[in-house]
Amino acid sequence: MKRKNLIQKFWNYLLLFITLIVVVFVLGIIIYLIVKGLPALSWEFITQKPEAGMRGGGIFPAILGTLYLIIGTIIFSLPVGIFAALYLNEYASKNRLTRIIRLSIVNVSGVPSVVFGLFGLGFFVILLKFGKSILAGSLTLALLILPVIITASEEALKTVPDSYRQASLALGATKWQTVIKVILPQALPGIVTGSVIGIGRAAGETAPIIFTVAAFSQPNLPNSVFSQVMALPYHLYVLATQVPNAPENIQWGTALVLLLLVLFFTIAGTVIRTRARLRKVNL
Amino acid sequence: MLWMEKFKKSKFRIFKTFLISKFVFINGIISIVVLGLILAFLIYNSLKFFSSYPFFDFISGTRWSPTVNEKFGFVPLMVGSLEVAFGAILIAVPLGIGVAIYIGELAPRLVRETLKPIIEVLATIPSVVLGFIGLKTVVPFVKNIFSLSIGLTALSGSIILAFMSLPTIISISEDAINAVPNGLRNASLALGANKWETTYKIVVPTASSGILAAVMLGLGRIIGETMAVLMITGNSPRIVFSWLQPVRTITATIAAEMGETVQGGLHYSALFGIGLVLFLVTFLTNFTADRFVNRIRNII
Repeated sequence: MKRKNLIQKFWNYLLLFITLIVVVFVLGIIIYLIVKGLPALSWEFITQKPEAGMRGGGIFPAILGTLYLIIGTIIFSLPVGIFAALYLNEYASKNRLTRIIRLSIVNVSGVPSVVFGLFGLGFFVILLKFGKSILAGSLTLALLILPVIITASEEALKTVPDSYRQASLALGATKWQTVIKVILPQALPGIVTGSVIGIGRAAGETAPIIFTVAAFSQPNLPNSVFSQVMALPYHLYVLATQVPNAPENIQWGTALVLLLLVLFFTIAGTVIRTRARLRKVNL
Repeated sequence: MLWMEKFKKSKFRIFKTFLISKFVFINGIISIVVLGLILAFLIYNSLKFFSSYPFFDFISGTRWSPTVNEKFGFVPLMVGSLEVAFGAILIAVPLGIGVAIYIGELAPRLVRETLKPIIEVLATIPSVVLGFIGLKTVVPFVKNIFSLSIGLTALSGSIILAFMSLPTIISISEDAINAVPNGLRNASLALGANKWETTYKIVVPTASSGILAAVMLGLGRIIGETMAVLMITGNSPRIVFSWLQPVRTITATIAAEMGETVQGGLHYSALFGIGLVLFLVTFLTNFTADRFVNRIRNII
């Protein structure tokens, strides 16, 4: 009996130890990044162009480029993703096609990001002649996060009670009116949460944008959707591996800005969700 | 003539409903279209390579030197990918399943609620940032500990990739553990087993197919990961059977070389070719994992 409990204690502590390794690693990364990157952050760093072959100045064009890509990605992925989820949750019947759609979603989310880059290059950049551009890059990123948005939207739609649908239909509303005026507003906080987190992921992706939009150095700000831009993730890659003797603090500063940008989306998503929950409770 | 108007209106309404349902349907099947387009494009762009370069030389060639003498041997890249992935799985599986069991089954509620968001944060760190941190910390660490001349090795890549795959492995394993019905736990406890015996004799075996799926999905992420391996595994397309040597993975090859190819050339087409191989491998991994996930859903 004693032995049994001793074994239990041993495993409890061992698994706690393993968990702590992972937690310490995660916290360690973030704290280390903040400690190393914070000294580089300044108003000039985020508002000025790179100078002296990226060995000085700021990273403003890369930040702006990433923001443009985020906007483009939202425009291309959000509506399609939401309607796809609406189809699956409100319109589709349980048949073979629906199963294939679900399987495709799982598989699209498993496609390596570099393969998205290849596809974007072959399809958007070359075949559709968009060139290396914000347009091609945003479209590629939009495809990449489509599964995230569809899945999140569907989860949100599932939480809308059936009685709402029935009530709306009973009042004479058409299916479309029910979907647009009753179901979507109810599901919106959930949809936004999932999508915002997905978009944060897109903002940090590098491999899909290398061939489709990212410029090694493009200090001039873009003037159309067909412009190339610098982007934060690619800029970090370039600084870390392609620019000999790039100052350490610029590298760490860029990494920190990128992480903060991505974390901003994650936290924003979580806050939206929490507030929506609170509001529902108050009702 | 009121009925005429009404008739027209309703006809328009039917037409509108028809249009809307078609519109929603088109959006609904978008993921099939995307998946199909990706596959079609990889095949289309790699046709030139597979039709002009002997397939046997590709699949069994031991040299990848596309620019010097147009040799496209796949073996060094495959070995590189497998080495890094194998090392990463070796590290990630015990860690990931351990954490999942602890958080899902053993930890007190408060501990669980604190730890889960921390691990979720790991999933949001972009791979290029993890690669960068690996470059600054893991690479010098590996270099010093094994007194190597260069720290850009397969092992460095494995370590970073292991942590990258952890969120996937942990969250899906934990889902599988949570899905085990409480009746099983209670029955086991009632028979006199303690918490730990219940965990490893009842809960974990019941959740095993879900845990297996989690590991496979993690493996899929590891094989497809690009930026971190590009930055820290050294990028040397030679066949080496040591974790302490630089290697070059399939993904890193595509990312590193696509920029310098001629559009439509043999090298360009070859990179789409290895992209196709990569796509098929990850597709199979995910497909199989999905099967396991569905199976556990059906059991419970």
